[in-house]
Amino acid sequence: METLIEVNGLCKSFGGLRAVDNISLTVGRGEVLGFLGPNGAGKSTTMKMITGFLAPSAGVVKVAGVDIEAAPLAAKAHIGYLPEGAPAYGEMTPSSFLEFIADIRQIPRAKREARIREVVEHIHLENVLHQRIETLSKGFKRRVGLAQAILHDPEILIMDEPTDGLDPNQKHEVRSLIQTMAPQKAILISTHILEEVDAVCTRAIIIAQGKLIFSGTPHELATRSRFHNAVSLRVDQNDSERVKTSLEQLPGVSAVEAAAASADGQLTVFPGGEQSIVSAVQSRLRELNCEPREIFVQRGQLDEVFRTVTQTGSAAGEVHRT
Amino acid sequence: MNGLTTIFRRELSAYFATPVAYVFIVIFLVLNGVFTFYVGGFYERAQADLEPFFQFHPWLYMFLIPAISMRLWSEERKAGTLELLLTLPVSLPASVLGKFLASWCFTAVALAGTFPIWLTVNYLGEPDNTVILAGYVGSLLMAGGFLSIGACISALTKNQVIAFVISFVICFAFNLSGFPMVLDLFQLWAPQVVVDAISSFSFLTHFNSILKGVVDIRDLIFFGTLIAFWLYANVLAIEANKSK
Repeated sequence: METLIEVNGLCKSFGGLRAVDNISLTVGRGEVLGFLGPNGAGKSTTMKMITGFLAPSAGVVKVAGVDIEAAPLAAKAHIGYLPEGAPAYGEMTPSSFLEFIADIRQIPRAKREARIREVVEHIHLENVLHQRIETLSKGFKRRVGLAQAILHDPEILIMDEPTDGLDPNQKHEVRSLIQTMAPQKAILISTHILEEVDAVCTRAIIIAQGKLIFSGTPHELATRSRFHNAVSLRVDQNDSERVKTSLEQLPGVSAVEAAAASADGQLTVFPGGEQSIVSAVQSRLRELNCEPREIFVQRGQLDEVFRTVTQTGSAAGEVHRT
Repeated sequence: MNGLTTIFRRELSAYFATPVAYVFIVIFLVLNGVFTFYVGGFYERAQADLEPFFQFHPWLYMFLIPAISMRLWSEERKAGTLELLLTLPVSLPASVLGKFLASWCFTAVALAGTFPIWLTVNYLGEPDNTVILAGYVGSLLMAGGFLSIGACISALTKNQVIAFVISFVICFAFNLSGFPMVLDLFQLWAPQVVVDAISSFSFLTHFNSILKGVVDIRDLIFFGTLIAFWLYANVLAIEANKSK
């Protein structure tokens, strides 16, 4: 796989504060890397350095093999960037704004009009093409930002919270857009919406307080959850105490928790190790002559992993580094 | 420089996309008329020249130019478009120059709007049109000087009002640097060389010498280097304050 974004030992200090501390990552063609972390963790600062807006205090950024500090203009030509909040010139219309971007990106005049039309259709901007950007809704502003970022068909796409503040339909549209483009490009998106990682990312990294604390696939992230391979089931309310006590005796089960509030017989059985416990749970239920109303195996809750990892920092568990 | 003309065109059309441009041009022309005819005594002097017209330009520019330049970078900072602009494949000097030239071109348009006064003086008498041409050239150069100051100050803040006020004060100081008001501040402690240097920064002195009809190479060099200096400072100001 061809590596398009290569970041090595990236650091940024503001005054005495280390905003980004020794971050390294790579994104290859066809990959969508989800960049996770709590607010203020250094996601945006890292992206600003990768796109050449901020100069790193230390470390090297190479995009499409070009060092962004040594040859900023050549490097920037390979990147499409959607900054946080999708800024655009408010007094322009999407049409004149895209013309301006096409001009500055040196898209050949012959192809320009066709390319703008193509992007406008793709992103559904037709109806607002001649309205001032400052009068557009948040969703349309975000789309203008996206259109701007993909106009020159860049190999590298960097998006800072592309779905932030969008409604569920718009979020879905942006995600499918990312998925359609993914095979040809290297995409880096920052987000703090974890479902997004599951939906579009091939890999995820988590940073907290400027440090890289996790790197792996969304699946690997899920396996770090306490809920990974846990079995959730719902039994008759009268049975729930009996079933709970019995399941707690099962080998391989570390704990059984009842849902506190609803108390409608919802139980979660946590495995003690890596192995699956679902069949053991099922046979025990048969022995107890108890028919569960529902039963399913949890993949792992990303939210929970996210909270554990980012709140305890790199102290929690082993640290993966790419 | 790639991108310079694109930046220039966008910036110039941005002026005309809002009412700012029209408000500015109207006020500039009205004030010019008021000063020339009422304060400058254009008719009473009964001389076929435009001195009463040009002599107020330094004072008009002092507060009108910062109104043009204040948005150049402050607005980019405030709207977040600075990040967009600086991650496009355009060099920072090209952006700085493109924006400056756009604001200068806009000022030239406003100045060109004063042509009726030139028609008037030619109708009433037989003025020396080369002196008038020199006056226009000098006025435009001076406007460029003020604009470069305003652009640089605008790069330092998100707040357009702050940009306006500080630019105004600096423009005022440059106007008056040949006068006791400014020189007395330095006379007491600074060596004579410094005092002379400061007094030579006076826009008024340089402009008045051009108004006599002689575009001296030294005056051209003065305004040229002044503009270059402030634009260079503009580049540094952006570089140093990107993340704020």
